[in-house]
Amino acid sequence: MPESDILVRARGLTKRFGDFTAVDGIDFELRRGEAFGFLGPNGAGKSSTMRMLGCVSPPSGGELTILGLDPVSKGSVIRARLGVVPQEDTLDVELTVWENLLIYGRYFGLPRQVIRERIERLLDFVQLSDRADDHVEPLSGGLKRRLTIARSLINEPDILLLDEPTTGLDPQARHVVWDRLFRLKQQGVTLILTTHYMDEAEQLCDRLVIMDHGKIVAEGSPRELIDTYSTPEVLELRFDPSTHEQAAEKLTAVPADRMEVLADRILLYIRNGDDALASAHDLGLDPLTSLVRRSTLEDVFLRLTGRRLED
Amino acid sequence: MALVGQLLSPRPVAMAVREFRMWLTDYRRTWKGSIYSSLFNPLLYLSAMGLGLGTLVDKHGTAHLGGVSYLAFLAPGLLAAQAMQTGIGECTYPVLGSVKWDRTYQAAAASPLRPRDIFRGHQIFVAMRLLMNCGMFLAVMAVFGAARSPAVILAVPAAVLTGLAFAAPMEAWAITQNKDSGFSVVFRFVLVPLFLFSGTFFPVTQLPAWIRPVAYITPLWHGVALCRSISLGTLTAGDAFLHVGYLLAITVAGLLAGQRTYRRRLHA
Repeated sequence: MPESDILVRARGLTKRFGDFTAVDGIDFELRRGEAFGFLGPNGAGKSSTMRMLGCVSPPSGGELTILGLDPVSKGSVIRARLGVVPQEDTLDVELTVWENLLIYGRYFGLPRQVIRERIERLLDFVQLSDRADDHVEPLSGGLKRRLTIARSLINEPDILLLDEPTTGLDPQARHVVWDRLFRLKQQGVTLILTTHYMDEAEQLCDRLVIMDHGKIVAEGSPRELIDTYSTPEVLELRFDPSTHEQAAEKLTAVPADRMEVLADRILLYIRNGDDALASAHDLGLDPLTSLVRRSTLEDVFLRLTGRRLED
Repeated sequence: MALVGQLLSPRPVAMAVREFRMWLTDYRRTWKGSIYSSLFNPLLYLSAMGLGLGTLVDKHGTAHLGGVSYLAFLAPGLLAAQAMQTGIGECTYPVLGSVKWDRTYQAAAASPLRPRDIFRGHQIFVAMRLLMNCGMFLAVMAVFGAARSPAVILAVPAAVLTGLAFAAPMEAWAITQNKDSGFSVVFRFVLVPLFLFSGTFFPVTQLPAWIRPVAYITPLWHGVALCRSISLGTLTAGDAFLHVGYLLAITVAGLLAGQRTYRRRLHA
């Protein structure tokens, strides 16, 4: 890989706030054109990492190079080439959709005519053209997110940073955002996103790292991570709470790779889920519900950290 | 004087102007209401105190006021005091709102703007609001016949400087806040006492001798003295140097402090 295609390089990157270490010595590289994800629960250090990448938070230790530049001494120059979709909306709710984009274009020192053309194009892209003159305040969460995405693209960034881009959106609004982000990816825009939704990571990321307690615990494509850390299938069984523990004990007799006993379910990690279900029935077990499914990143996360993502 | 160099070189100014234009775009929604109150306040104060109370004061002789009518004495003092109010007002809630409630400062910080550009951009906006308010105050003064010579126009930049001497340090502090409860403390224990005891309504020489030095170190006393002596045509070069120098020093200290506190808040 040519050096110029590595857009971000982090070595031992660390962020401390007083005694608390939010990011604890992480290494990663981001390549041009890829969609790279940080997957982890709340408090894993994802947002702190994103703020360092956005050059609004100086690293406390380690090395970080963005677009070949030092984020501390060249922060302003780097930020001119980034697009940022923050976790919480930072729109000016007093202004209209159009004015928000105009102000942001000015922040980048773009000429008025260029800003105008881009606003037209971006509003069309996020399907907000008919709302251009509306005030931002009453817009729904989904529309505000789309406006924030349009705003982040006003400078045609080399890298787009998205911190939990669909957190708090209803499922329908989330799918619209995913669709737009997928199109950007198809257009070759380099994306970095954080999420605690495994389906978001699976849909959008070519490559991702799983973070927990400020550290990277695994790295790879969603497929690689699932192949490495989980089994092809998972059998989910739900029992009456009174027999839950007993059942878990009996199920150890089923030749599964691994078993997770959650509060409400028992998960058996296994090559063939239907065979495992048959074995469970042979043991005289009668689950209330049973489900055979493919492994997901959620299972990878559970395996690596012992916890669930969205807890 | 790295700061002076920074403030005068074209790139930092251009960056700050980008943020200033954001405030200007926001202000286009509210400017009408702000104009009414900018005209109404001087109108009320000058008629009630300058004319109403002034008639009584003038009957008792105006030797303590330097031999001018109470209205002529009061008006330039009020001009400076109102600049202080504008400066403090513009640098409290709007600043907290931008960093805490709407988080538009975080949006600006994600762009090429540096925290200091964001800070200075707002200070430019505050300077513009001060210029507008002081200009309108002067117009009202003229209507009341309290503008005694064309030189009184110089009281406007003097009052703007007075306002900035409050605005810059106030904003440097406001950006560190997470709640608005500190603001009412400032209004109650800084703004109101200064307004009443810094020579706006009566000469500081009327205060007990032991407390006068406290008045002399407040920026408002310098602002009031400067505006009043310009308006009455009694300004000496030495006094001008003292008052302007003092107000400038506080403004510059506020600007330096603010670029630190803005960086700490926006680049944590």
